[in-house]
Amino acid sequence: MNTSAAMPPKSFEVKPKLDEGGASIGELLEISMGPHHPSTHGVFRMDVVLDGEKVVKLKPVCGYLHRNHEKIGENISYLASMPYTDRLDYFCSMTNNWAYALTIEKLAGLAVPERAEYIRVIMAELTRLQNHTSLIGFFVHDMGALGTPLMYAFREREKILDLFEEVSGARMMCNYMRFGGVRVDVNDEWLARTKQLVSNYGRFLDEFETFLNENEILLARTQGVSPLTKEQAINASLTGPLLRAAGVNYDVRKVDKYGIYSRFDFKVPLGEHGDLYDRYMMRVLEMRESIKILNQALRDIPGGPVMDPKAKLRGFRPKPGEVYGRIESPKGELGFYIISDGGPNPYRYRVRPPSFINITILEDMCLGHRVADVIVILGSVDIVLGEVDR
Amino acid sequence: MEALEQIKARLETAVPSAKIEILANDCALGERSLLVDGASGFAVAQFLRDDAQLKLDYCSNVTGVDWPDKELAEKIKVKQVVDGMEKEVEEVKKTLRHGYLEVVYHLYSMSLKHGPVVLRMRTENRADQTHLPSLTPVWRGAEFQEREIYDLYGVIFDSHPDLRRILMWDEFEGFPMRRDYVEPDDFEYEPTPHDEVLDAAKKHYPVEVKPEVKPEVKA
Repeated sequence: MNTSAAMPPKSFEVKPKLDEGGASIGELLEISMGPHHPSTHGVFRMDVVLDGEKVVKLKPVCGYLHRNHEKIGENISYLASMPYTDRLDYFCSMTNNWAYALTIEKLAGLAVPERAEYIRVIMAELTRLQNHTSLIGFFVHDMGALGTPLMYAFREREKILDLFEEVSGARMMCNYMRFGGVRVDVNDEWLARTKQLVSNYGRFLDEFETFLNENEILLARTQGVSPLTKEQAINASLTGPLLRAAGVNYDVRKVDKYGIYSRFDFKVPLGEHGDLYDRYMMRVLEMRESIKILNQALRDIPGGPVMDPKAKLRGFRPKPGEVYGRIESPKGELGFYIISDGGPNPYRYRVRPPSFINITILEDMCLGHRVADVIVILGSVDIVLGEVDR
Repeated sequence: MEALEQIKARLETAVPSAKIEILANDCALGERSLLVDGASGFAVAQFLRDDAQLKLDYCSNVTGVDWPDKELAEKIKVKQVVDGMEKEVEEVKKTLRHGYLEVVYHLYSMSLKHGPVVLRMRTENRADQTHLPSLTPVWRGAEFQEREIYDLYGVIFDSHPDLRRILMWDEFEGFPMRRDYVEPDDFEYEPTPHDEVLDAAKKHYPVEVKPEVKPEVKA
């Protein structure tokens, strides 16, 4: 009986390593890393070919979490897609909401009231704080610092999620923003608690940085590993902290000045080498800038309505046309491309997922490095499989 | 950034064989786009990236769009002689728009910080001539997105370095993002079918429908 067809593929295979003449000079090991492994941050697989411990080939394999988000979006109304966007990058549902709302506002020509703009900025920057905090937790976890730093990060993240829960009803799947504003207003008590959290966050970062910034193991594992040049980064459409670590000054908050970002005083941190240490430091420095923005936004937030009175929730049918809107999400440029044919559903609904596009040159980043570095390099890219696979 | 008409004029001198058209966008805040024929798409892309005034070095987004065959109804006024009098009569003229697949590139410049320029290419039809040039050699960032469009729409990108399915599994047949895609009928046996499951079950095996039993109500 032939059972080979029904057998699952082996997770590793040994291949002969050939020299230029075709003679065998050793062995190459082909292994399948993932999909069910905590270090792949979800159900993600890499087919790796190793020469000893060195990576000679790496092919990312994704799609295990694919549910065709875009097809769902084409078959439901504009508003009904809003809760689905939470499930893209489930760490940053607030920024996903914002990107989608911003695109539809551009399509339908809706204005957003002042107060709602401020609330959006506060939510987006809180999201950035908690995303980068937990990313650093995962990053050092991948390097072998099991447990403790991740728990420190999650302790702080949970405080921010409590704030989200209080205002939207959900920790992670917030579904908070609407076309032309936000769903519910925040109260003064919430703002006071947020101020408290933001003023304490700097102290937490000081503590976190003391542990990590000059940690000998972290330096040894990250400095000089997987450097990226500016040209490589731009050509591969990298965005977010990964791009800026390579020294390219490109932040959609500064370039497009969407929302009210032109009013805030903040800097865009830049790296020099594009190696793992720069990518780590980018996150730390961005959090400091986020705190600056939050302090200004919490100081200046005006009163008033939080929804555009012209915005329609039911029977929303924007005019025909197409639009591309983008924001700087914590992971990079998150864009939505919508084609409307005048009906209640979008004709085409496309998500530009930053973490999916950021793994395009994962192979180039990993070639020549050791297999243990592959895990850390993947960790530094900051992928979320809900967004990669959609 | 210079106007789209200017870019078009410069493109036509740089790539003389290119057929370029500017497509309007009904959305006031949206961008108009450049429609380029597939044969000269690669040369146009290279020009857009390397031109010193444009420097569109960053390909942000690649989208596939499916436009199936559609009957377009257009109302036109025709002069007709009715009862010896010349009158204007409205007539509905029907034309068939042949379907095609479209790929849309959103290009920005990171060095000059402008954009987007929207570049579109269309295939001949949706069945057998779905080839387009791959722009991955120009912008590496298009690699996975073009693979995704191949996977979900069936556009074949010539000279793409690694054109395989990316989100669906390799053995999958069909292109799920097309408008006319029909889900496979993978109904599983259901011991107690009801409602729409019952209708589906009837197609697959004989189902005995029991009469509804009403509980007796005692007076």
